[in-house]
Amino acid sequence: MLFKLSLKNIARSIKDYTIYFFTLILGVAIFYIFNAIESQTVMMKVSASTYEIIDLMNSMLSGVSVFVAFILGFLIIYANRFLMKRRNKEFGIYLTLGMSKRKISLILFFETLIVGCISLVVGLVIGTVLSQVMSLLVANMFEAKMTEFEFVFSSSACVKTLIYFSVMYILVMIFNTYNVSRCKLIDLFNANKKSEKIKMKNPWICIIIFIISTCILGYAYWCVTGGITELQTADKILIPIALGTISTFFIFWSLSGLLLKIFMSIKNIYYKGLNSFTLRQFSSKINTTVFSMTIICLMLFFTICVLSSAISIRNSMTSNLETMVPADIQLDKKMDLPTDSGYSEGIIADSKISVSETLNKLGFNIDKYFKDIIEFNLYASNDILVRDTLGDSYRQIEKQFPYLDYDAAETFIKMSDYNKLAKLYGLDKVHLNSNEYAVVADFDSWINIRNESLQRKTPITINGITLTPKYDECMNGFVYMTSSHINTGIFVVPDDILNNMPRESGILVANYKANTDEEKQKIENIIINLDNSSYAPNTDIEASTKISLYEGSIGLGAMITFIGLYLGIIFLIASAAILALKELSESTDNKERFSMLRKIGTDEQVLNKALFRQIGIFFMFPLILAIIHSIFGIKFCAYLLETFGKDELIKSIIVTAGVIVFIYGGYFLITYLCSKNIIKEK
Amino acid sequence: MENILKINKVEKYYGSRSSLTKAIDNISFEVNKGEFVAIMGASGSGKTTLLNCISTIDKVTSGHIFVDGEDITKLRGNNLNKFRREELGFIFQDFNLLDTLTAYENIVLALSIQNVKASEIDRRINKVAKELDIKDVLKKYPYQMSGGQKQRVASARAIITNPKLVLADEPTGALDSKSAKMLLERFDYLNKELDATILMVTHDAFTASYATRVIFIKDGKIFNELHKGADSRKEFFDKIIDVVTLLGGDLNDAL
Repeated sequence: MLFKLSLKNIARSIKDYTIYFFTLILGVAIFYIFNAIESQTVMMKVSASTYEIIDLMNSMLSGVSVFVAFILGFLIIYANRFLMKRRNKEFGIYLTLGMSKRKISLILFFETLIVGCISLVVGLVIGTVLSQVMSLLVANMFEAKMTEFEFVFSSSACVKTLIYFSVMYILVMIFNTYNVSRCKLIDLFNANKKSEKIKMKNPWICIIIFIISTCILGYAYWCVTGGITELQTADKILIPIALGTISTFFIFWSLSGLLLKIFMSIKNIYYKGLNSFTLRQFSSKINTTVFSMTIICLMLFFTICVLSSAISIRNSMTSNLETMVPADIQLDKKMDLPTDSGYSEGIIADSKISVSETLNKLGFNIDKYFKDIIEFNLYASNDILVRDTLGDSYRQIEKQFPYLDYDAAETFIKMSDYNKLAKLYGLDKVHLNSNEYAVVADFDSWINIRNESLQRKTPITINGITLTPKYDECMNGFVYMTSSHINTGIFVVPDDILNNMPRESGILVANYKANTDEEKQKIENIIINLDNSSYAPNTDIEASTKISLYEGSIGLGAMITFIGLYLGIIFLIASAAILALKELSESTDNKERFSMLRKIGTDEQVLNKALFRQIGIFFMFPLILAIIHSIFGIKFCAYLLETFGKDELIKSIIVTAGVIVFIYGGYFLITYLCSKNIIKEK
Repeated sequence: MENILKINKVEKYYGSRSSLTKAIDNISFEVNKGEFVAIMGASGSGKTTLLNCISTIDKVTSGHIFVDGEDITKLRGNNLNKFRREELGFIFQDFNLLDTLTAYENIVLALSIQNVKASEIDRRINKVAKELDIKDVLKKYPYQMSGGQKQRVASARAIITNPKLVLADEPTGALDSKSAKMLLERFDYLNKELDATILMVTHDAFTASYATRVIFIKDGKIFNELHKGADSRKEFFDKIIDVVTLLGGDLNDAL
């Protein structure tokens, strides 16, 4: 009997449940898709190092899934609360008829069970279909070769989805039971008779608060763009975030009152058609929903930033590698290790010989596999520290950046070595007189720091010889091949000056003697196998190769893209669903209002237009502010990641806009159609 | 005298063929310009159904309703809405004011959906506010007003468009006796001074006694009709009570 009642309840209120169903199904589908990536990656033919990255990605995705489950859980409970509110009268009737609270809880239990089962089944089916498209994307991202299309169903992802969502539904059931047990009959009947007081805010206070919060927001924007060099530690970023959040709240708070005042004073607009009605609808609700508007705005902001950064990061990472990894291989090891350094005797002995000698001992034939070989040393001495090279600007810089390591030894390279390397790398060569030095760097904030002291012509003294800077700024350049700009500065000095300086590390850069990718891979494999050589324990030599850097970068980019997509889409769904549910929950009030308007003779098209505008304004308001936030947010991300090209960013912004239009717009449309249905005269 | 409303053999049936309910059973009458007509009947007598048919909220099963010579049973779609907003004024038992708007804005709404210029709005509202004695509450929201004030605001909304016919559905139903009396005196004023044609549905003899004519309905048919003529309101009220007693049943209880 109760089960039948539950079924009928769902069938009857299917219109109210549309958004709820839609959100649940979408949530289930997305949860499945991203967890199914694991089984798709297993099928791909990729190299071992890519496998490692994929492994990392999969474990990160499942970690993120826990977080996502929390968001979805909150969303479902929130949505459920809205639906329950609409049915207070119904529960009141059950109670007056003498039904026990336990039985009402049971009805709700069955309802949740039915809704849960249907949404899980439909969501999993949709998820399975969409994840086939996803597998193409995955293969493309990892540049894996798909031999043939294969239909993949991930049972582990399916089980995981079932477990996670079951837990969420059980929470909803507990929540419902708790709510029913707490409710009083009189409250249930009076639930609809609310007399909300509409307080008009003082326009002057609104204006003042609006101006203040705009200024605060402007300052927060400046912090993450113009004043970005001030943000040296991670905790400092919290200040603009907090300021932005607070000012967002107060902008919504003041703007609602302000806009109404402005429009009200323009009588020709305010008293035209249903404009006064629409505006009042808007302002009567925004008074109570400023808080959720703020949350939605921030969530949208997060979505836009994450999506656009994540999508562009992979492509820009790989395109950067072309200039940053110009040679096939770079081998390096520490040199001249002191006997008390804690390393084994073998390694300390090995640190006295050159890289090529070590390779020989490992049984590697350099001449057979390598060409364009450059071998050189980097030098460092505790006599010349960072604080010394900063000279007079040290005090000022230390105040600005108190956490940098000023006691680290500076690194030096012989001019002739650097110029050979520069030729191979395609960098600018350095020409110095016997009493000059130059600094090469590519880490932006360090370039700024070093330029300070270079402009002051700060001299440095090595072995009693004083050198002055040749240029008043750092030269763009690097020695180590990496996938990002992390060269904090290497000093290029005339060759003979370094003769008595201890060697810090020995480096060998070369290209493979190979013409095809297969041949290169063969040499790469030989190098990887050197680990098994009997001499291997006696050396700490390390290799960075073009192939491994590319694979790592591709994998890392893909990983960030997937996690970004996952989080971005979930946040987008959450914010759109909250808005939609809020709007729909008002529809009972709206129904009476619209039917009154209809009675006094308003045309149906005019009514629909008013409804469309009302919902449109509600969806647009947080989005517009979120977009403005994002302009600065993306700039900040671009600075942080230092990897964006303009073209990449535009492409990713277009994709992001597409995703937002599709999901957010979809929610808007469904909300409009559902509301239209609710206010329709039966 | 000019004929504003003509109801011609109107019938309204509910239900299926097997269980037919005749809510209105062949009713015909006319209302002239400047008349204040009350329709009385017990609950279930069909008076509200009749009003809904005249206001085009409901559709007749057969028969015709003419407003100012136009057959409104033939109107469809937007023409219906146009008719409602231009020819009719509505007053409801539960006021039906929008709680989000001030009294002023509620009244404006009736004009703005007719696309009346904003410059003209203020003048017309001031005039009607004076007539209905609501100048003080124009800036208030419905929740800040008493029931009587709300109903007078609703009345202002109904007559500001200069409708041919004002329809009132139990206008005093939710009011205390003092507010009801005040409202009815305003109706009387609107009817006598502004020549407004009012058709009011009520089950309350006191309310009906303010009309110039009372039509009694029982089981969907016209049962009796009283003209005030030269009677005082008290005399007219006694006559109404006599008919009500004759009608018997529920209507007595409603007193």
